[in-house]
Amino acid sequence: MALNHTRRVAALSGALAVALTAAACSSGDGGGAAGGDTEASQIDCAPYEAFGDLQGKTVTVYTSITAPEDGPHIASYRPFEDCTGVTITYEGSKEFEAQLPVRVQGGNAPDIAYLPQPGLLQTMVATGKVVPAPPETEANVDANMPDFKEYGTVDGTFYAAPLGANVKSFVWYSPSAFADAGYEVPTTWAELTALSDKIVADNPDGAVKPWCAGIESGDATGWPATDWVEDVMLRTAGAETYDAWVNHEIPFNDPAVAEALAEVGRILKNPEYVNGGYGDVKTIATTSFQDAGQPILDGSCLMHRQASFYAANWPEGTDVSENGEVWAFYLPAMTADERPVLGGGEFTAAFADRPEVKAFQTYLSSVEWADERAKTCGGGGCVTANTNADPNLLTNPIDKLSAEQLTDENATFRFDGSDLMPGAVGAGTFWKGMTDWIIGQDDKATLDFIESSWPS
Amino acid sequence: MTRVISAVPVGIIPEPLLRAQSTGGKLLLMVFAIILFAVVFGLVLAFASLFKGRNGEKVQGALFALPAVALLAVGLVYPALRTVNLSFRGRTADGPYSLDNYVTMFTSPELLVVLRNTAIWVVLVPFLATAVGLLYAILIDRARGEAFAKALIFLPMSISMVGAGIIWKFVYEYKQTSRPQTGLLNGVLKLFGLETRQWLLDAPLNTLMLIVVMVWIQAGFAMTVLSAAIKAIPDDIIEAARLDGVSGFRMFRYITLPSIRPAVVVVLTTIGIATMKIFDIVRTMTAGNFDTSVVAFEFYNQIFRFNAPGVGAALAVLLFVLVIPVVAYNVVQMRKEA
Repeated sequence: MALNHTRRVAALSGALAVALTAAACSSGDGGGAAGGDTEASQIDCAPYEAFGDLQGKTVTVYTSITAPEDGPHIASYRPFEDCTGVTITYEGSKEFEAQLPVRVQGGNAPDIAYLPQPGLLQTMVATGKVVPAPPETEANVDANMPDFKEYGTVDGTFYAAPLGANVKSFVWYSPSAFADAGYEVPTTWAELTALSDKIVADNPDGAVKPWCAGIESGDATGWPATDWVEDVMLRTAGAETYDAWVNHEIPFNDPAVAEALAEVGRILKNPEYVNGGYGDVKTIATTSFQDAGQPILDGSCLMHRQASFYAANWPEGTDVSENGEVWAFYLPAMTADERPVLGGGEFTAAFADRPEVKAFQTYLSSVEWADERAKTCGGGGCVTANTNADPNLLTNPIDKLSAEQLTDENATFRFDGSDLMPGAVGAGTFWKGMTDWIIGQDDKATLDFIESSWPS
Repeated sequence: MTRVISAVPVGIIPEPLLRAQSTGGKLLLMVFAIILFAVVFGLVLAFASLFKGRNGEKVQGALFALPAVALLAVGLVYPALRTVNLSFRGRTADGPYSLDNYVTMFTSPELLVVLRNTAIWVVLVPFLATAVGLLYAILIDRARGEAFAKALIFLPMSISMVGAGIIWKFVYEYKQTSRPQTGLLNGVLKLFGLETRQWLLDAPLNTLMLIVVMVWIQAGFAMTVLSAAIKAIPDDIIEAARLDGVSGFRMFRYITLPSIRPAVVVVLTTIGIATMKIFDIVRTMTAGNFDTSVVAFEFYNQIFRFNAPGVGAALAVLLFVLVIPVVAYNVVQMRKEA
C-alpha cells in the first residue's frame, strides 16, 4: 500500500515535471510557473480571521512529495500565508510512509501530514495522535467533496480532509492508430470485448495484440493487477457489493469476486489478447508498470488500462491529447448508462490543534486552495477532490478529463479498494496473490489464499 | 530515531536535544553522546581503580566487561528472547501460547517453498563458491599476472548485494526473441538462434539463477583465503611429494587439500552463514515473487507486509536454530587453527 502510493506519487510528480517543462516552452505569459515571481492570488481572509491573530505563527507540513515537484504545492500556500501571516514549513521525504509512524510515535509529529491512503490514516488514528478535523474544515468537506468524506473518517469521527485525487478507470490508447485501423472507442463492456476480438482477427500473425499490461513494481509488484480486479468488480458486481468486499462483509473468495477475477482473466490471461510488445501472458509479471503501456507508441499493442497518472510515463514530446499519439478512454461499464469510477487520492491529517493548524487545514479543504492549486500547477497531476473547484483552471488535457470523470453527476465514485483494505491484504497478499495468478495459479487458489490472510 | 535513543537513560539528555531536527541540533546531540560515553567510561575506570590486588583484578575485569555485557543483553539477548516468545503466540503474536506458527511453517505450501529454497541455497552456494574459488586459486597460483587475475575475481566482493542484484537483473532481462535484446544472457541465446527465455520466472530455475549471483560474489572471498592457505603450504612437503612421483590431481588430493583443510572449512562455514541470511539479492531481483523467497526474506515479509509477526518470528527462530551449529563448528575450527 505504502510503496504502491509512493510510486503513484512519483508518477504524478513526473507528470508535473513534464508539464512544467511543457508550460515553460509553450507560453511566455502563462502565469502558471510554480513558485516563481508570479503574483499570488488574493483570497478572502474572513474564514481564517475567525481563528484569531495568527501573525508570525508556523505550521509544518510533511508529505511524500519532494523537490522539484514540491514547488507547485508550496506555491499554492501563498495566498493563505499572505493573508494570515502564517509561515508554512514544507518538508517532503521519499521515506514518508516509513518515517511518519516513527516520528508520530517518537513525539515528533508534523502539524499536518498528507496521507496517501485511508488505511494509513486508520493506523495513525490508532496511535491516538491524530486530531479530529475542526468543524470549519468539516463544513468545507461537506460542501465541496462529500463523496470522499467517508475515507477521511475513522469510527465515526472525521479526521482527514481529502486533497488531491486521481482517476484509475482509464484505458490508454492511440487515437491515430485507432483512426488508421477504423476502430471506435468502445462504450460498453461487450463492445470492448468485440473490439479486442476484432483486433485479434485483424492481426492473424499476432504481431499486434489488443492489450498490454505489466505489474512489476519492485516490492509492490502486483498492484496494477489489483486495480484491474477492483475496476472490473465495480462493473460486474456493482458498487454495493464492491463496498461489502472491501469491508470484508463478504469473503474475498465470494462468487462475486470470483466472477470479477474470471472476467479480468478473460483479458489478462488470454494469450491472444496479451501481452502486446512483450510476449506471452507471463511477461505481464516481469514487465514494469512504467514500461507496460509503451508498446502503444510502436503499434504492437493497442490498449493499456492504467490510471491518469500514467500520463507521466510517456516519453518527453509525446502528444497526449484527444486526437494525438496517446489518449485515454473511460473503461466501459456493462451498459453505456452506468458509470462507475475507480480512483485514489490523499488526505490531510493534523497532529496538533493549534489555531493556525486548524486554519491551514481549513484552507486546504477550500475552493480557494483547489483553484490556486490548479493555477500554480501549470500542467498535470493537479486534480483535487474538490467538486466546486473551477475545472477551467486546469490546463493539462488529462487533468481535465480526470476532473470530468470525478465531477460527472452520473458517475459512481469508489476509492481504490486495496488502499482501503488492511495493509496485510491490500499491500501484501492481494499483490502477491495476483502475481502468482498471472504466472499460472488458478482463480480459486488465488482467492482462497488472499481470504486466508485477512486479519481476523 | 527518538525511540532508539530513549533506550538509554533519557533523563540525562535534555529533552529538546532528543527532538533535534536541524543539522546543528544533531551535531550537538552527537557531541553530547560522546561526552556521555566519556563520562561513563571514566566512571568505570575510576571505580575499577579502587580495587587492588589479585582479587581486585577480577573485579576490575568484571567491571570492564560490564558495559559490553549490558549492551549485548539489551541489544541482542533481550530481542532474541522476545522473538522466541512472540513466535509461540499465534499469527499476530498477541494471542495465547501455541505451536500454530511452527505448524503453519511446516505445512502451508507457500512457506514450504520458502524452506525448500533456503535448503537449495545453503547446499549449493557454499560448495559452488568454494569450489570455484579453490579451482581458480590453484590455476592462477604462481602464474604470470597472478595479482591481476586475483583482482578480477575479487572485484565482485566490493559490490553490494543490492548492486550485484541490479547488475544481474539486467543480465537476465527478457525481451521477445524477435525484438532487440537488452539482457546479456538472452542476447547470447539469440546469437545462437535459440529462443529467449524468462530466467527469473520459472521455479526452480529462477532460484538457481539467483544463486549464481551469490556464487559470483562469494567466489572471490573463497579464492583469496584459499590462495593464501595454498601459499602457506611448506615447500619441503611439496618437494618431498614430487620426489615420490606425485603430481597433478594426486598432488591436489593428497597434499594440497589436506594441508588447507582448516581454511576450506572456515570458508565453507562462513559462506554458509552468509547464505542462510541471504536477503538483498532475493529482494532486489524478484522481491520474493515466483517462488523464490527464502527464510530471511520471508520473515521480513511476514512481519512488515503481511502483518503476521508471529509467523515472522517463528521463521527467525528457525533461522537462528539452523545457524547455531554452523557458527559453533566455525568457532571450534578457528580455535584449532589458531
